[in-house]
Amino acid sequence: MTALEEILMVLGMTLVTFGVRYALFARADRVRFSTSIKDALGFIPPAVLTAIVVPALLISKEGQINFSYDNPYLIAGILTLLLGLWRKDLLTAIAGGMAFFFALRWLLTL
Amino acid sequence: MTMPELSRSPGAMEEQQPLGRNLKIAAMLEGAKLTFPVILGAIPFGVIFGTLADQAGLSFWAIMGLSVFVYGGASQIVAIGLITAGASVPVIILTTFVVNLRHILYAAALVERFKNLSHRWRIALAFFLTDETYATVNDQLMKRSDDWAKRELPYFQLGSSLAMYSNWSLCTFLGLTLGQLFPDIASWGLDFAMVATFTAMIPPYLTRKPSSPVWACIITSGVIAIVALDFPNKLGLMIAAISGIAVGFTLLKIRQRMDGSLHQRQQSRKEES
Repeated sequence: MTALEEILMVLGMTLVTFGVRYALFARADRVRFSTSIKDALGFIPPAVLTAIVVPALLISKEGQINFSYDNPYLIAGILTLLLGLWRKDLLTAIAGGMAFFFALRWLLTL
Repeated sequence: MTMPELSRSPGAMEEQQPLGRNLKIAAMLEGAKLTFPVILGAIPFGVIFGTLADQAGLSFWAIMGLSVFVYGGASQIVAIGLITAGASVPVIILTTFVVNLRHILYAAALVERFKNLSHRWRIALAFFLTDETYATVNDQLMKRSDDWAKRELPYFQLGSSLAMYSNWSLCTFLGLTLGQLFPDIASWGLDFAMVATFTAMIPPYLTRKPSSPVWACIITSGVIAIVALDFPNKLGLMIAAISGIAVGFTLLKIRQRMDGSLHQRQQSRKEES
């Protein structure tokens, strides 16, 4: 990439990213949602989180679905979820899940 | 340090006392503190970005520029992939737009709470709106009162944002440096940290009964995410998320209607007797 291309890329990506984030906030004093819309908005976090996580846990680097015990992402992901349900603490679940993931990867290379 | 006033019209803050300076700083610090778990998950992600960007041949300033100005992890990683594949700048920008479309959903969920904020505040909070800060803020909104949201939320969110932002820039820089020391760092599996972070944020939604519409929303979103896997540029993510929202919302409406008619029947029975 030339220096000019780099500048255009950073500039363009900045504009579209900020635009998406600011579009609704810009009209915050005029945006009014009905009760129904508010009910629907409540489903956004679990829906988006799940849509991010599920492919990341199931898909191998080669783009194949790996639904088996030798997929450390999947196994450690399920454990992170269970740990979160049990302890109800974000940090415990993340740290525990990561520790389990690296232990599992190490075991699989033996 | 002086804080810009939250309210644009002088009358809007009359109902409640404005926060004192110390309380504003306390709310910001609390926001930063409660963002720590997701920051932990973002550290390896930022390091990996710095490493990959360096290996893709981008200059130091372009790499730091992406983290400082764009500040969107997923789109930055995707951009590096596209550069490696030889994509043109317009394609990279368009892809960034699609990858970051999900932030519209976050903005929609928060916008009513920010209606009394000045434009300066709204611009700042929009610039810093990431998956991590949204998740942290939403977690607190579930636990706390509307009064807290009115008084402290903007400061809390700004504190969370600044902690996340400075960490992201720092980790990008670290990745740039470490990547030259450990060229194979990207294959260490550090990317699991981000997956673990987002996975750990799901359990609070699963505390309600399995018959709750939230469960249906999560299951739908997960299944569609796999079905829509071959869609490019995270379009599958949007399709899956919107499907999950639609199913959860529909079930909620059906339940509300059933509860409503049940309530009516009980009422009319009472009146008869």
